[in-house]
Amino acid sequence: MRTAIQIILTALALVTVASGAPAHAADSVDPVADANAFQKYFTAKFPKLKLSDFVNGPYSMNEDMHRQWVEKEEFPPYDFALDAGKEMFEKPFKNGKSYADCFANGGIGVRQNYPYFDEKEGKVVTLELALNRCREANGEAPFSYVKDDMASLTAYMAFTSRGKPFDIKIPNDPRALAAFENGKEYFYTRRGQLNFSCASCHVQNPGQRIRAEILAPALGILNAMPIYRSEWGGMGTISRRFVTCNTQTRGVPLEPQSDEYRDLEYYLSYVSNGLPISGPGARP
Amino acid sequence: MTIFSRKLTVTLPLFTMLAATPVLAATDTDFKAAYAAADAANKEAGALRNQWTVTATALTNAKKAADAGDFDKAVAAAKEAEALAKASVFQAKSEKEAWKAEVIH
Repeated sequence: MRTAIQIILTALALVTVASGAPAHAADSVDPVADANAFQKYFTAKFPKLKLSDFVNGPYSMNEDMHRQWVEKEEFPPYDFALDAGKEMFEKPFKNGKSYADCFANGGIGVRQNYPYFDEKEGKVVTLELALNRCREANGEAPFSYVKDDMASLTAYMAFTSRGKPFDIKIPNDPRALAAFENGKEYFYTRRGQLNFSCASCHVQNPGQRIRAEILAPALGILNAMPIYRSEWGGMGTISRRFVTCNTQTRGVPLEPQSDEYRDLEYYLSYVSNGLPISGPGARP
Repeated sequence: MTIFSRKLTVTLPLFTMLAATPVLAATDTDFKAAYAAADAANKEAGALRNQWTVTATALTNAKKAADAGDFDKAVAAAKEAEALAKASVFQAKSEKEAWKAEVIH
């Protein structure tokens, strides 16, 4: 064990030395330039893919898997969640109101606008958070952010937005820019005993295998959420995805909908602006 | 007597004394001190929002061993937890700047 710890400390020390290099882009906040660079990086890395194909994650990276995806979509495993979500969405609360009363356009076709920066609160509001706030405002208990009910609801709302491009806005508010930058920092920060950042897998190694899985590109990764994962044997929300990623690096995950995760979702969604919502999705 | 044999004459009894001294088993007090140090380091990692799951496991193992009265094992696990917690603190502090090197430009 001591040897393992020494190896980790050495690796960390090397990373620290490497970080001595100047990083100009990270020192100023420019979301538009970041999104352009982000999309350019992935399209250059995978020149055969259309921009909109990135929303299909690992299924766009490999021909065999793409064929599997086409077949899967005939009888998609998220269908049950979709039906359950529609039923839940339409069922009134005990006070007679419903989810439709909490959202613009009755909650139909609005997924592409989440998360947004709430200038009153000074924080990012995700769709999952908005759904639970809606429930609580109407006297209902909030759902778990990582379990089936929340996944079903967001699956239905994503389905009503399918094909609509992500349209995340960053208002001219220093707090919104800070939230974007915090999300970016979280995305690129190495954590956990394995010393992985989100970018280690989803920027530096998309299309590569990690054990039996093909890593998805970060570009468009949230467009397909929520997802049915064969590995989970069920549906998973964005919160569940973040928590699982942290745990897999042997890091203690943060609480779902913590400020860091909300900012991370804001950053990742913004840099995928223009790519269509494809959720709910299915993944191996 | 050569210099070599004189050295041997002085050193041998010392080794004999050391070998005869029993290795002291760890006590509950040793465990509590080791655990407190590990817990403090892990709390520092928590304040930096960067705890590791393996640290929590080592702390649990330390407590279990202490509850079972195996203080040698408990102290060893607590020290392992402390080393892991310190590594996670180091990681969090170095990443405050290091993340910038990974950004797509």
